[in-house]
Amino acid sequence: MATEILMPALSPTMEEGTLAKWLKKEGDAVKSGDIIAEIETDKATMEFEAVDEGILGKILIEEGTQGVAVNTPIAVLVEEGESADDVKTETAEKAPAQVASPSTKEGPDDKGQPGKSAVEAVKTPEPDRSPDYPEGTKMKTMTVREALREAMAEEMERDETVFLMGEEVGEYQGAYKISQGLLDKFGPRRVVDTPISEIGFAGIGTGAALAGLRPIVEFMTFNFAMQAIDHIINSAAKTLYMSGGQMGCPIVFRGPNGAAARVGAQHSQDYAAWYAAIPGLKVVMPYTAADAKGLMKTAIRDANPVIFLENEILYGRSFEVPDLPDFTIPFGKAAIARKGSDVTIVSFGIGMAHALEAASKLAEDGIEAEVIDLRTLRPIDYGTVIESVKKTNRCITVEEGFPVGAIGNHLSAYIMENAFDYLDAPVINCTGKDVPMPYAANLEKHALITAAEVVEAARKVTYR
Amino acid sequence: MARKPSSAKDAPANVSKDELLKYYRDMLLIRRFEEKAGQLYGMGLIGGFCHLYIGQEAVVVGLEACAKEGDKRITSYRDHGHMLACGMEARGVMAELTGREGGYSKGKGGSMHMFSREKHFYGGHGIVAAQVPLGAGLAFADKYLGNDNVTFTYFGDGAANQGQVYETYNMAELWDLPVVFVIENNQYAMGTSVKRSTKSVSLFGRGEAFGIPGEQVDGMDVLAVKAAGEKAVAHCRAGKGPYILEVMTYRYRGHSMSDPAKYRTRDEVQKMRDERDPIENVREMLLTGNHASEDELKALDKEIKDIVNDSAEFAKESPEPALEELWTDIYAENLPQGSATENA
Ligand SMILES: Cc1ncc(C[n+]2csc(CCOP(=O)(O)OP(=O)(O)O)c2C)c(N)n1
Ligand SMILES: [Mg+2]
Repeated sequence: MATEILMPALSPTMEEGTLAKWLKKEGDAVKSGDIIAEIETDKATMEFEAVDEGILGKILIEEGTQGVAVNTPIAVLVEEGESADDVKTETAEKAPAQVASPSTKEGPDDKGQPGKSAVEAVKTPEPDRSPDYPEGTKMKTMTVREALREAMAEEMERDETVFLMGEEVGEYQGAYKISQGLLDKFGPRRVVDTPISEIGFAGIGTGAALAGLRPIVEFMTFNFAMQAIDHIINSAAKTLYMSGGQMGCPIVFRGPNGAAARVGAQHSQDYAAWYAAIPGLKVVMPYTAADAKGLMKTAIRDANPVIFLENEILYGRSFEVPDLPDFTIPFGKAAIARKGSDVTIVSFGIGMAHALEAASKLAEDGIEAEVIDLRTLRPIDYGTVIESVKKTNRCITVEEGFPVGAIGNHLSAYIMENAFDYLDAPVINCTGKDVPMPYAANLEKHALITAAEVVEAARKVTYR
Repeated sequence: MARKPSSAKDAPANVSKDELLKYYRDMLLIRRFEEKAGQLYGMGLIGGFCHLYIGQEAVVVGLEACAKEGDKRITSYRDHGHMLACGMEARGVMAELTGREGGYSKGKGGSMHMFSREKHFYGGHGIVAAQVPLGAGLAFADKYLGNDNVTFTYFGDGAANQGQVYETYNMAELWDLPVVFVIENNQYAMGTSVKRSTKSVSLFGRGEAFGIPGEQVDGMDVLAVKAAGEKAVAHCRAGKGPYILEVMTYRYRGHSMSDPAKYRTRDEVQKMRDERDPIENVREMLLTGNHASEDELKALDKEIKDIVNDSAEFAKESPEPALEELWTDIYAENLPQGSATENA
C-alpha cells in the first residue's frame, strides 16, 4: 500500500525545517534505515532515515524548500507495481499534527486545580492547637543529642528495616556522638560505617529505600550533603512522582546544619530554604529536645524522604522531654513557644534561641511578642502563623540562612497574600548576612543573626 | 537483507530451539518498538528526549535470560529495551512515551522515567550514572533482607567516567553487594567516543582497583552475553560481591532524536549493521540450524508488528492525564495504604 512520508520532527523544539537535500530520487528502492533526505532543523542538519521499505514513488516537496511544517507529506512510498496516487491516507485522516501537541493548547476548559493556581490563593487550613502530650505527663531532662539518639534507638527497636548509615556513625560513635552506643546495641548490619563518599552512600541509601528499607543517612554535616544533593532531590524526592506513585522512598537524611563556631565559610551554611523549596521532600528543623525526639520518630516512620536539620550548637542543650514510651509529633504543626499580643515572631531551629531571647528583652519594655516555632518547614503550618498575625498585626521572621530566597521571604509573601488587611507594618525578615561566613570571631558574630537585631526589628514594626 | 555469509553460524549444541526463538523474538520486539517510537517522535506524538536502543538489543536480552523472579534491574534514560525485556507491556511503555494516562507513570515520567514495582524495574534515570549507587542500594536491601536476589545495574561508557561510579564500586565490594554492573559500551557518549574520553584500555578493568572481578563481552552476540551473565550472576548469588561486565555494543541511531551524526561515519554504522547485527545473527542460527523456517520467522515478525502497532494505537488513543494528576503522587500519604512503600 502506498504511504506518505511526512516531514519528521527531529528535535524536541522543531516545528518546521528546511528540506535541504533529497538523497534518493523518484523510482529508487528504499529500505528501512536508508538515508533518504537531509533536513535542517532549528538545531542542526540531520539525516532522515526511512522507516518503511518500498519505492520512492513521488517527491512532493522539492529540495531547498524552507519552512516545511512537521507532518507535511514530503514524499510517497509505494510498493512494487503501485502508483503514487494510491496513497494511503491514514496519516492525513488522523491529522496527527493536531494530536501532536495537545498540551500546548489553552482553552476555556483548562481550569487548573482550584486553589492551586498562581492567582487563586490557597485556603489556609485551621491550625491544630492540640497539646503535643497530655497535661501532667512526667518529664525528664535531656539534651538534644540524647533525644535524637533515643528516637533512633526506639525506632530501630520497633522496625527491623530501619538502619543508620554514614561516616563515623559506628565504631567512632558518631562525629558528634549522636549515634553513641548504637553499634553496640544493634550491630554492624544496622549501624553501617561508610567511606567518605557522600554521593555514593546517599545514592545507595536511596536505592535501599526504593527497595523497601528505611535508611537513616547521617551526613557528618549538611555542608557535605552538597556532594549528594543530586540524589536527595533528583533520586529521592522526585521518583514517586515520576513513577506515577509506584516508587516510594522512605528515607531520612539527617545531620547538623548551619553555623557551628569559627569553622569558616565552607562549614557554616544553613540549607533550610534550599530543601524547603523542593516538592517531594519533607523538611524538619527542631529547636528543643522534645521536638527533636518526637519529630525524629515521625520522620523515620514517614513514607517520604525527610530532611532533618539539626544544629551542632544545640546538641548539648538540655530541655524537658515527655517521659512517654512512644512520643511522636506530627509534621506541619508549629508550636507557640511564647504567647503575646503585640508582635508575632516566627522562627525555627537555632533561630528560636534568638527569637526567645529577644522576646524576653521586649517584655521588659512592655512589648509582648508571640513566638512561633515552625518546627517543620515542609509542610509548613501557615494556619498558626496567619492566626497569630491577625491578632498582633505585625510579624518578623528569624532565621540563620542567607537573606535571598529565605524562608522568611516566603512567609512574607504568604502573609501579604492572605492577611494583607491585618498588617499594621511591613513584615521584616531577620536573617544571616549576605556574606560567606567569616572566620574572625568578631566578623562571624556580626554575620549571624542576633537577638539584638530581632529586638530592633520588633521595635520598628511596633513603632516603639 | 544484506547478510554476510562469513558470519553465518550454527547455534552451539547446548542452546535449544525454544531459547533461540525467545531471544530472537525479544530482540525483534525491542527493535520494532524502537522504530515505531522513532516514527511517532517524527510525527510529534512523542516529545522531549527519546533515546533509542536499536543495535544494543542483545545486551539486555542476554542478561534477562540469567535473571530469576525477584531480581532487580535499573538503568539510564535509554531504557525502553530494558522494560520490554523484563516483561513490561509494550502498551504501557509506548503510552508513557506519548505522555498519556495509560503509561507506566501515568504520563508523568516520560521516556526517561518509567518504573514497574511488579517487574522489579527501578527506572529509567535521567542523570548520567545516578542509577549506579541506586542499583547498589537495591542490592544492599536484598543483602540486608537476606535473600539471594541480584540487581542488574546498567550504565554507559560515558557514565563510567562519573565519580559516583567509583564510590559505588568501593562500597559494593566492601559490603559484598549482589550487584552486576553492566557497562553498555556502545562506544559513544553523545558525540564523544570512548577514545576521546579516557586513556583506560578497558572500562571493566577499573574495577580491579577495588577488587571487583569483571570481563569484556561481545554485546552483539546474545549467547555470549548470556554466558557471561550467568557467570556474573552466579558470583553475586554465591555472596561473593559485585561483578562487572563491559558489554561491547553499538547504537545505530543517534544519541537522542536530534543528533547531527557528525562524530562518526555513515560507513562505520553501516558496517556494524551489515556484519554484526545481533538480530540477524540469531536469525541465521535459526535458519542454518533448521530450527525455524522462513515462514515461521515471517509469522513471528507479523506477531511482533501487531504488538507494536497495537501499542502505538493504544498510546495514541489513551487520554492525556487528568489535570488533577498534576497534584498527585508528590507524597506517599495520598496513595492507597502501603502501595508505594511495600517491602520488597
Ligand atoms: C550528570 C549528567 N551530565 C550530563 C548529562 C547529559 N547527557 C545525557 S546522556 C549523555 C551521554 C551518556 O553516554 P553513555 O553513558 O555512554 O550512555 P549512552 O547514551 O551511550 O547509552 C550526556 C552527556 C546528563 N543527563 N547527566
Ligand atoms: Mg555510550
